[in-house]
Amino acid sequence: MSPFVVDIQNLVFQWPGKHGFRLSIPQFLVKRGERVFLQGASGSGKSTLLSLLGGVLLPQPCHMQILDTDLTALTSSARDRFRVDHIGFLFQQFNLVPYLSVRENVLLPCRFSQYRRQRALQSPGSEAADSLEQSADRLLGQLGLDMKLARQPVTALSVGQQQRVAAARALIGHPELIIADEPTSSLDAGRQAEFLDVLLGRCDDEKVTLIFVSHDERLASHFSRAVNLDELHETPGELA
Amino acid sequence: MAVSIALSVMLLLGVEQLRTQARESFSQSISGTDLVAGARTSPIQLMLYAVFRLGDATHNIRWSSFRAMAEHPAVAWAVPISLGDSHRGFAVVGTSAAYFEHFRYGDRRLLTFAEGKPFVDIFDAVIGADVAEQLGYHVGDSIVLNHGAKGLGLAEHADKPFKVSGILERTGLPVDRSVHVGLESIEAIHLDWQGGAPMPGVSIPAEYVRKFVLAPKEITAALIGLKSRAGVFQMQRFINQYKGEPLLAVLPGVALDELWSIVNIVEKSLLAISALVVAVGLSGLVAVVLAGLGERRRELAILRSVGAGPHVVFMLLAIEGLMVVTAGALLGVMGLTALGLFAAPILEAHLGISFAAGMLSAEAWQLLLLVMTTGFLVSLIPGYRAYRLSLADGLTPRL
Repeated sequence: MSPFVVDIQNLVFQWPGKHGFRLSIPQFLVKRGERVFLQGASGSGKSTLLSLLGGVLLPQPCHMQILDTDLTALTSSARDRFRVDHIGFLFQQFNLVPYLSVRENVLLPCRFSQYRRQRALQSPGSEAADSLEQSADRLLGQLGLDMKLARQPVTALSVGQQQRVAAARALIGHPELIIADEPTSSLDAGRQAEFLDVLLGRCDDEKVTLIFVSHDERLASHFSRAVNLDELHETPGELA
Repeated sequence: MAVSIALSVMLLLGVEQLRTQARESFSQSISGTDLVAGARTSPIQLMLYAVFRLGDATHNIRWSSFRAMAEHPAVAWAVPISLGDSHRGFAVVGTSAAYFEHFRYGDRRLLTFAEGKPFVDIFDAVIGADVAEQLGYHVGDSIVLNHGAKGLGLAEHADKPFKVSGILERTGLPVDRSVHVGLESIEAIHLDWQGGAPMPGVSIPAEYVRKFVLAPKEITAALIGLKSRAGVFQMQRFINQYKGEPLLAVLPGVALDELWSIVNIVEKSLLAISALVVAVGLSGLVAVVLAGLGERRRELAILRSVGAGPHVVFMLLAIEGLMVVTAGALLGVMGLTALGLFAAPILEAHLGISFAAGMLSAEAWQLLLLVMTTGFLVSLIPGYRAYRLSLADGLTPRL
């Protein structure tokens, strides 16, 4: 088992079209258990990189190992399965499916992944849960949400609460890697710090690797390592 | 969305239901009668006035012609029918007691009495279920017939009132809306009439009519049953070639088929219009789902992030459409049933169409299945659009 969760060498991705955006990363390494702050202005290729890490987009042939798996060698449905099995995603806002309850939103990855379902039931390190619902409720509690919210429709929640539910969804079933894309940008400063504390606390407890993307460099101090996307880039002059 | 589909499904199934039930009540209205005979006209017209009491007879036939038919060796029974008078909008049928023995409908059922018995006396009348219900008549009540077929304001045979001797069980046929009297009674009330009006200065009181010869001179039509069905064409030829006057005999089944071939066109266009309304409902559904997709790109990205492949997104949208259509269809069926319960009496009273709220016919189920299949197929359009969107957007929709 390699010490890296993400091991990328000489990655090149070109959006279709003559003036399509080109992302080129000579090397990007993330160690197990690391909490990486990935900073980049909008348009710096953050979204493209996240899609590449999640296996939604495929780069030109290169060395790209995520959790010792060569995503470029997988079929698209195998990449879909890999994504839900091993990676939890957290977005900026409107992170939840509006017609599902809080608990159903948290359990969404378990619906698509047998692996996540099993891991949600036999959580390593803590006592086993009797049911997926119990596991979801426990996680919501650990993220500082009132259990009574579990059956509510998500539209009844505040933005801050919604982001915690989204965090619970990313964390359920113990994925090895969490990728968060500006999850705090819709929160005010006070809530931002609070949310970060809770999220980082959970990641520590569960020994999850975290890649946290934001344009807000003030947040960088919370992380073990900060990386500027522009510095990863080979030729920043080509930015779209 | 589901409501507009429900309404269009209601319309479609309602038309289908009316269609099959109208057809059924028409084809149920006569059975066990081998030939219907009358003055020479078109077979459909003869059926319409002789059996369904729709429209008027152009000519009557002579009593002697009826006797000739009835006495033919191949004939088992013959029932005369004399039309033309009415009672408060209901047709008066002059006939013989044989009517109650031989007239069959539906699954070869005979008419049965809810109350009372067939007419015996000259001034006895047997009324159908609707007549009794709508006019509140009971056995023993006295009624006055009108001259002519079109309801109120007509000359009355007020000097010769009838007594209700029996009320028939409901049949769902024109019989329900008829007043039956003996042929002799028709003669009796017209004794002192000539050319459609009372003879001035002549009045024959009811108690004296029995002294007159009340043999009928003319009738409108005849229902004929044969000893053997095998002789039906031979008998038909005998009647059609009758020397005394021009007559026409029709086989009820054949005439009904002919009638349906005409009605079919109307039916088909009604059905086509309802199908169009359903199509409009379904395209509305597609338009609404498509318009809403833009706002749901976030949701699609979330689904993608938890491992849903583009094909799963596609199926989700398609199934969503199918569910809306199914809900609409169910609502439509429920609405139709409710409508059937409430509107059936009104329809029956005003149009004479029996509209049972009961089970959907096999054809209606097929139509329903067709609507749902079409609904699923058109839902593939938003499904495909969502598939393209989620492929293009990946995890980060461009909002």
